[in-house]
Amino acid sequence: MLEGLKEFASEFFVTGDPLIYGAMVAIGITTIAIVAVLTYFKKWGWLWRNWLTTVDHKKIGIMYIIASIIMLFRGGVDALMMRLQLAMPNMDFLHPEHYNQVFTTHGTIMILFMAMPFMFGLFNVIVPLQIGARDVAFPFLNALSFWLFFLGAMLFNLSFVIGGSPDAGWLSYPPLSELSHSPGVGQNFYIWGIQISGIGSLATGINFMVTIIKMRAPGMRWMKLPMFTWSVFSTCIIILFAFPILTVTLALLFLDRFAGAHFFTLDLGGNPMMYINLIWMWGHPEVYIVVLPAFGVFSEIVSTFSRKKLFGYKSMVFAMLIISFLSFFTWAHHFFTMGSGADVNAFFAVTTMLIAIPTGVKIFNWLFTMYRGRIRMATPMMWTLAFIPCFIVGGMTGVLLSVAPADFQFHNSYFLIAHFHQVLIGGVVFGYFAGLYYWWPKMFGFQLEEKLGKWAFWTWNIGFYVCFMPQYAVGLMGMTRRLSTYGWDTGWWELNFVSTIGAFLMGVGFLFQVAQIADGIRKYKSLKASGDPWDARTLEWSIPSPAPEYNFAVTPRGDDIDEWWEEKERRAKGIYPPEQKLEPIHMPKNSGIPFVMSVFWFIAGFGFVFGWLWMAILGLAGVGICMIARSFSYDTDYYIPVDEIKRTEASLRGSV
Amino acid sequence: MNKKPRSLARIIIPVVLTLVTIALIVWPMLAGGQYVVLDPKGPIGASQRDLIVISTILCAVIIVPVLILSAVIVWRYRDKPDNKAAYEPNWSHSTKAEVIWWTVPIIIIGILAIVTVRYTYDLEPSKPLASEKAPVTIQVSSLDWKWLFMYPEQGIATVNTLNIPADRPVKFELTADSPMNSFWIPQLGGQIYTMSGMAMTLYLQADHEGQYWGSGANFTGEHFGKMRFDVNATSDEEFENWVREVKQNSQELTQEGYDALTQPGTSNVAYYSAFPEGLFQNIVTKYVVDGNGAHSKHGSSSEAAGANQATQESNQDEDKSAN
Repeated sequence: MLEGLKEFASEFFVTGDPLIYGAMVAIGITTIAIVAVLTYFKKWGWLWRNWLTTVDHKKIGIMYIIASIIMLFRGGVDALMMRLQLAMPNMDFLHPEHYNQVFTTHGTIMILFMAMPFMFGLFNVIVPLQIGARDVAFPFLNALSFWLFFLGAMLFNLSFVIGGSPDAGWLSYPPLSELSHSPGVGQNFYIWGIQISGIGSLATGINFMVTIIKMRAPGMRWMKLPMFTWSVFSTCIIILFAFPILTVTLALLFLDRFAGAHFFTLDLGGNPMMYINLIWMWGHPEVYIVVLPAFGVFSEIVSTFSRKKLFGYKSMVFAMLIISFLSFFTWAHHFFTMGSGADVNAFFAVTTMLIAIPTGVKIFNWLFTMYRGRIRMATPMMWTLAFIPCFIVGGMTGVLLSVAPADFQFHNSYFLIAHFHQVLIGGVVFGYFAGLYYWWPKMFGFQLEEKLGKWAFWTWNIGFYVCFMPQYAVGLMGMTRRLSTYGWDTGWWELNFVSTIGAFLMGVGFLFQVAQIADGIRKYKSLKASGDPWDARTLEWSIPSPAPEYNFAVTPRGDDIDEWWEEKERRAKGIYPPEQKLEPIHMPKNSGIPFVMSVFWFIAGFGFVFGWLWMAILGLAGVGICMIARSFSYDTDYYIPVDEIKRTEASLRGSV
Repeated sequence: MNKKPRSLARIIIPVVLTLVTIALIVWPMLAGGQYVVLDPKGPIGASQRDLIVISTILCAVIIVPVLILSAVIVWRYRDKPDNKAAYEPNWSHSTKAEVIWWTVPIIIIGILAIVTVRYTYDLEPSKPLASEKAPVTIQVSSLDWKWLFMYPEQGIATVNTLNIPADRPVKFELTADSPMNSFWIPQLGGQIYTMSGMAMTLYLQADHEGQYWGSGANFTGEHFGKMRFDVNATSDEEFENWVREVKQNSQELTQEGYDALTQPGTSNVAYYSAFPEGLFQNIVTKYVVDGNGAHSKHGSSSEAAGANQATQESNQDEDKSAN
């Protein structure tokens, strides 16, 4: 009995690595600490009522962002471990197999569990406020999306201590990801972690698309939409078409592994190249999914901090829509070397290059928004300014990669690694940081002090160039990606060493940011923000910070792109809008079902991971019961009475 | 807000940035690293290097001015009380300006696209190289985690080392008996995937004698990083001598020996005086199911890669690597 238990435990838990034992202890201690603190301060009820069951888009947005920052930490630690391993030739820090797990989880986490939720967090916090809505179109679904993402991410992360991590690369090409080459459960964790959170992503895409189509303030015609909202809309179009491909691809892969199908194995007529095509049909649009909202953030910030209207609004919209369309015609540039022939390669090379045109136009428009403006160097603007040269250079190396015959030399080398980190960090991460700093007061009602933020900015930026510029060089020296070690004879070590220093500098930058936030929380009372701390332009700044749960006491109008700026101008001239009568506000009620249902999804996923069918069926049954329960709950909304609105408004505005 | 005199950070940051930039440019030169991609030793590599240079110049034509422009704009319009530059908060449209910056990238990308398409057809990997000398055929198979090179005309085979005659086209026929890898000798030319169930063709040539770096570029699991090999380009005569030497001094690669090689694991350099007849074709057609031919001529505009399209029954057990 005891022997059996021991054997089970040694299979079940990941054993034999001091790093992982350390992580287990840390996870255990943190969990105990959280439980203890919540119990001691009697906060369980508070947690349940205010957060776990909330359908308020702003709170959901905040939870997304917190989760994604934790994932940024986890993915960042993975990155630092890799950089340590590569700092010197013949390093013995990580065993190759462990190294493979680390880069697999690094990639997966950074794209799917860091960039995506950060983006959804910004969607949630800002889009309804920008379009003058009280919530998203489907608040219940929104909560469900969040919890599906969160528990999907937890399932994926569990692989670190239970069962073993996936190690077939972040896109898990077969046959490496098939049972024959990855017999453990790691790959199942990959499939189900992404699958469960993927359902949430697709639902979010639909939710925000409907929200933007149906819930805009009166007067807000399409060509009056704030640019961030436009970027969200174009992103949702891509999500709508790309994510179903991912779902199907992973489902087929799971059938291969679980049910002995042969979709992607050569024997019995399957084909791994089919998987590679499918995964990139999702994978390439995915990078535009994460970068377009960042473009939206930059547009808002550039205009606000230059105190000037965004230049070339129509061009900007047009450019974004073209990008979302073209993003579906570039996937094969990820395998020019697969021998598809000159016709195919030429087609995909050209479609890939074409994307540079609308992107370039956007850059010009941002520059000319600043032209004849007055540029204030607050942290959101600094990140935006840092983005411009970074993205120009990253975009250029992207164009170089799209030149098919030249790509035969760049492909799979560190040149490629440097390129995509430059566009993803320079474009996406810088963009989301800028957005976080910009909307921080709106989310939390206080402003962060800028000093630590500027330290963070400079260490991040210097670290970035020190880390990734050498990687372009080492790529031209023939170093390939995913190498876990190399010899002294290669001549690569100096550049790798420098690169590692840069990576750690970025880590220091992250610590500065954490310190900045901690410092802000400590002093939040003295840092109280007004409704409009940046002297900004769009509707979200017309209400108090943080926004009350109903957002707008009276529905605003959206007659101009910079409605709030125009309103301020009118007020300066003494023209005030007529006083509007308050009316009771219709709001959705909190619900525990999204959380509970996602827990059942987690249970089902865990069952599938280990092939425990009883547990999978139990989980799916729970999911079904939750759906039925929801369809029979009729009491899902309530009204906020006028008195309460008056009281809330008075206290919020009075205190500013 | 910033009434204090220039803080130390404002001096330190530009200095650090400048030093880092200089160090980055100079360091690799001092360290003796070699930019193999930019130092080609054969016609394919040279064309690719040219293409890299052309496309870099084309891109630089647009990005360098833009970078300068951004710096100037940010500097000129920064918010300073004594800044006398024009301020026009409502200026947000200019058809003329927008036509310019839609047109310029379109022209540049248009030129680049034409160049790319031309080179894509020219450098199609399966296109034979113009040469007076007949090409040498080498059959390459990527295994877990080693490279097997077979010389059908010479009847010999090697593992993790490659000898080729210089100044003569080499016709590589490539496949895999393992997950997809990528065969890359940067100084001779770009890489191509090795895939099971397919025979790819790649023509390369070394113009000069010498030793070149080669490696597998696509991740194939645990020890894929050990899949590197030296490429020795020698004179025809030396090549013949080397073949003779391998013939005399090495063991034969048997089918059992090959099966052992396919087991996951790394390998040292090895030489074989012979290899089983038709081994390459057997690897390519290993998974062929009745009525479903292998892609033995994939992406190739040249003659068939040699694999018989026949419906050769797979005699390998399907999950050979499930052990």
